[in-house]
Amino acid sequence: MSLTAKDKSVVKAFWGKISGKADVIGAEALGRMLTAYPQTKTYFSHWADLSPGSAPVKKHGTVIMGAIGNAVGVIDDLVGGLSALSDLHAFKLRVDPGNFKILSHNILVTLAIHFPGDFTPEVHIAVDKFLAALSAALADKYR
Amino acid sequence: MVDWTDAEKSTISAVWGKVDINEVGPLALASVLVVYPWTQRYFGSFGDVSTAAAIMGNPKVAAHGKVVCGALDKAVKNMGNILATYKSLSETHANKLFVDPDNFRVLADVLTIVIAAKFGAAFTPEIQATWQKFMKVVVAAMGSRYF
Repeated sequence: MSLTAKDKSVVKAFWGKISGKADVIGAEALGRMLTAYPQTKTYFSHWADLSPGSAPVKKHGTVIMGAIGNAVGVIDDLVGGLSALSDLHAFKLRVDPGNFKILSHNILVTLAIHFPGDFTPEVHIAVDKFLAALSAALADKYR
Repeated sequence: MVDWTDAEKSTISAVWGKVDINEVGPLALASVLVVYPWTQRYFGSFGDVSTAAAIMGNPKVAAHGKVVCGALDKAVKNMGNILATYKSLSETHANKLFVDPDNFRVLADVLTIVIAAKFGAAFTPEIQATWQKFMKVVVAAMGSRYF
């Protein structure tokens, strides 16, 4: 389900609107994922505190949203642009790629909460497609 | 199927109590048809679903959204017995409507997003977790009669 020119422009415009709150969004999405999908906690057993709003969750949420923001910048070549991150997830972190969908869902929930007026069905489909394409690029090196 | 704690039962009832079926039902179903266009395969008789605007304004989609959301009310009122409550609905979707059961999960996820947008920050991570657990049980019950 490749990104059309319209998808890309909708994603870029929406990301422009949310970029000021990116850190908050990232932290909240991660906190929601860890709370609503407890099986995802298995990847963070080295953190002292996995609750929403905790320091490690906030810090890591910023890292994740920063990377997603960068991905918006390389939206025309996600596989190439995310190659190093794919290596990291494939060989070092070894996160089961099924979890990318779970985090994506929680990012959508968080975006809907913070930007209810802007998160129209047209934005929803474009961002959902973008996160799916990003997830596929992230899983590119897995095997 | 599931032993809900008292806290879970009251969270689910509280969330559902604040949902206006006449608003959320149409919006959730229309969003599914926009975001996952292949789901339109089940609605050939609904008229114009060619654009997002057409879908969001389609009265048949809106009416059916209310029907679907109305059925969720049964699950909320029979939380201890969701599997039995949805037995015949599951059979209908499997054997008469021929709906791919993956669509139940899709609708549950979109409904959660629509509810989140309505409730805002009041839809806390903890409330989301309980609501999604309830959705998971509903989805499983709807898929339970597919053989």
